[in-house]
Amino acid sequence: MKLVVIGCGRVGSAVARDLAEDGWDVTAVDEQEEALTRLGDRWPGGFVVGHGMDADILKQAGVPDADAVVVATNGDNTNLVIAQVVEKRWAVPCVVVRVLDPARAKFYAARGMRTICPTQTAISALSEAVRREAAVRA
Amino acid sequence: MYAIVAGGGKVGSNVARSLLSMGHEVTMIEQRQYRYEHLQHEFEDQVLLGDATELHVLERAGIARPPELVLGVTGDDEDNLIICQLASEGFRVPKVIARVNDPRNQEHFDLLGITQTVCATANVLGLVEHEVPEHGIVRLLDLRKENLEIVELQIDPDSPAVGKRVAGLRLPDGARLISVLRNGRSELAEDSTVVRPGDQVLAVLEPGKEDELRRVLLG
Repeated sequence: MKLVVIGCGRVGSAVARDLAEDGWDVTAVDEQEEALTRLGDRWPGGFVVGHGMDADILKQAGVPDADAVVVATNGDNTNLVIAQVVEKRWAVPCVVVRVLDPARAKFYAARGMRTICPTQTAISALSEAVRREAAVRA
Repeated sequence: MYAIVAGGGKVGSNVARSLLSMGHEVTMIEQRQYRYEHLQHEFEDQVLLGDATELHVLERAGIARPPELVLGVTGDDEDNLIICQLASEGFRVPKVIARVNDPRNQEHFDLLGITQTVCATANVLGLVEHEVPEHGIVRLLDLRKENLEIVELQIDPDSPAVGKRVAGLRLPDGARLISVLRNGRSELAEDSTVVRPGDQVLAVLEPGKEDELRRVLLG
């Protein structure tokens, strides 16, 4: 199974390593060449330097025949645009996109996109932690 | 008309000013503090500080009314695309127009359904092409919605079309001549019009048929 991870920062690189360990054939894409160091010394997968908005870079990374694409650059709008392009242009069966802003994550999730919102996860976890703590004291 | 202008740079502020002078109601959104403060002197409460891709900012600007027009004219193409999607798909704004900063991103706007776009770079390139035509064919107008374009060609003396009637030209399917400009006078291209050296011909065609049209008219 082939996976392309667009944006190889803290999150993207960890996802890439995780799934490479599971046996996926992974290619990571990042604008910065240094991002390759985040993938460790014995990175078994591919790495392409370039911007995810560049269709040629996406082709080079193998997006057209990928089974899954994870979009996790540091820009919400960039992620949302890249994810839509990947879905519409190449009909990749599984596209997962990180969106930090809960409102935009919800908006695009309602339109069928698989958005992951770490901010919303933190909000829910924090509120829940306080509720549980308060219930114990009550 | 009510319009929201997202982006208060040179493009946004000038468009907002023009719309206001035409008597329209405008809210401009600018996310940079220093630029916002500068704009406030002129636009007062018609400029809003914030990121126009955040829903609560758009809501404060009155996106739910909804406005008749939303312009995504920031310096960031992804932002412009998302602003236009939020406006048209989320709030049923009837008309959205996006600025394309990098012409290479045009295909993304087309693919994602933002059909009204303006790209200054592409426009300037079009003018350059017009002044310095490269392959004898000048693209004058892109009719995206119709999937047609209007081009201009100059007929050389050694063109294979010289002396032929329009009806006798083997024009490709999906291409048609519109008019012929000769000695400063333009006439509609009829079947009986004869092509002469020096003619400037306007044609309408489907994108991608340029090479075939060039072969017939220019050789």
